[in-house]
Amino acid sequence: MNRPKRIAIISAIFCIAVGLIVFAAMAFIRSSPPSVDFTAQSGEPVDLTIQTVGTFGSGVHSTWVSYLVKSPSGKWVHTTLWKLPSNTTVDVTLLQYDSGSPLRNQELGSVTGVQNPTMNGAPFTLVNSYAGNGVAHTFSVPELNINVPLPGINPNAKNACGAAPCTLADAHNTVKFSFNTGAAGMYRWQCFIPCGLGFLYGNGGPMQTIGYMDGFLEVS
Amino acid sequence: MTSVDPVPPVAPAREPHHFWRLFAIWGVLSAAADPLFYFLVGPHLPPGDMGSAGAGDQFDSNVLFVIAIPVVFAIVIYLLYAVIVWRSRPGVPEPVAGPSSHGNIAIQFAWIGITTVIVMGLFLFGTIELVTGGGSGGGEGSVAIWTLKSPSPLVVQVIAQQWKFSYRYPSLGGFETDALMLPDDTTVVFHVTSLDVIHDFWAYQLGVKADASPDYDNIAYTRTQQTGSFSVRCDELCGVWHGAMFDTGYVVSKTAFQTWATTTEAKLASATKLLPQFSWTYTPDANGADGGYYPDSQDGYSKVEVYGAQPVNLKSGENKG
Repeated sequence: MNRPKRIAIISAIFCIAVGLIVFAAMAFIRSSPPSVDFTAQSGEPVDLTIQTVGTFGSGVHSTWVSYLVKSPSGKWVHTTLWKLPSNTTVDVTLLQYDSGSPLRNQELGSVTGVQNPTMNGAPFTLVNSYAGNGVAHTFSVPELNINVPLPGINPNAKNACGAAPCTLADAHNTVKFSFNTGAAGMYRWQCFIPCGLGFLYGNGGPMQTIGYMDGFLEVS
Repeated sequence: MTSVDPVPPVAPAREPHHFWRLFAIWGVLSAAADPLFYFLVGPHLPPGDMGSAGAGDQFDSNVLFVIAIPVVFAIVIYLLYAVIVWRSRPGVPEPVAGPSSHGNIAIQFAWIGITTVIVMGLFLFGTIELVTGGGSGGGEGSVAIWTLKSPSPLVVQVIAQQWKFSYRYPSLGGFETDALMLPDDTTVVFHVTSLDVIHDFWAYQLGVKADASPDYDNIAYTRTQQTGSFSVRCDELCGVWHGAMFDTGYVVSKTAFQTWATTTEAKLASATKLLPQFSWTYTPDANGADGGYYPDSQDGYSKVEVYGAQPVNLKSGENKG
């Protein structure tokens, strides 16, 4: 093989390698959980059904705690990016499948920013995290002043859910509330309970990963 | 043979006194610019004068500018003068080095003397500003170096956690809220702590900035001087939502503050009962998901009394810093 041919082949291999590296890097940088779109629903209110699970049960982070959302077609989707219409009432049904603990900051035991909050059918505005099964997670949207503590299930429940998506046959608490989405914008939401088991102060892992315990309300 | 009259010698053009020219230009411009800056621009320098600590920062910046402006003018005026006056002209021979190029002892001494005076003056000014002023907005640790003279300041505990600030008012029933409200014309002591990682409480327009560290009570003072809003930001990279860890605080009239405090205390009464006993620091459970918000009882409640944080009657004007 003469020299020009060798140079051409080496150059081509080099370009392909660089291209693959760039492609992989961009794919990683741009990777994101899917968004579930609720803007196509006609009329008010928009129904939003979500669940929290103690361990996702599969995938790369099978031991991580996570949120899931039920798409308009009725399928559970592992994402925390939800598209909602602006200035619209959203009726939330939250199925909470995780066990709880005392709150690090009991201030988060107060329900704020939502209408008609109920827990297993009973109205509630405050959760004493030192009593009962404590609090497992919160659903909080700071810019909308929304905070809803989600009481934990009995840690000794025999029908505790082990893998997502959990079903109504598994031990759970049903929390319902409504809120108004307000003006268009990106509203970050998160769980404020340090529930990243095994991470320092509980705030690593799922607490810092979009798609698990924090995400965005994409209000348009 | 004709005789040629000799050409009378031309007296060289008299060189103007460049130093006095420069000095005059510099003096006039500096004398005009300094007061203009101090009175027109100075009041708008960041971080503003909403609180005494911020006003102190603003004053310090103003003084530094007033000193720096003549120095900058001296350099720029000399540069422009040299470019214009000593520029190369057609028909005029290139200037050659004169006696001054071999050294001028007076200029050297003046240069060393003036710069020494400026630097030492700034050193003294900075030291005096640190020592005096009745406190600092910078966070001075659990035992403040410069103690507060005010007998009864308003104590606000700033509790940082990933990724929010909450505020506890020990002298107003001990309620805890997401809203930071302060009364005007009042000395405020911020006790800053964290429930998890290191954060930083930065109330920008108040000139208050203090690290929020777990198991640590960091103290910062200010005295509110005018009503309005101020921004609060976390200034320590603390995780994925660090950029979203901000609030808006408000300085309101004493009457409005009293109304807000009374209303909020009543509204949060049931939630306040569930809060842990007030403490300057809280020991979180470092293992994570196990919760826990434990008052460090060894540090006790006594410091509140030291700072006179008994219920404050703002209307009666007891709270004078």
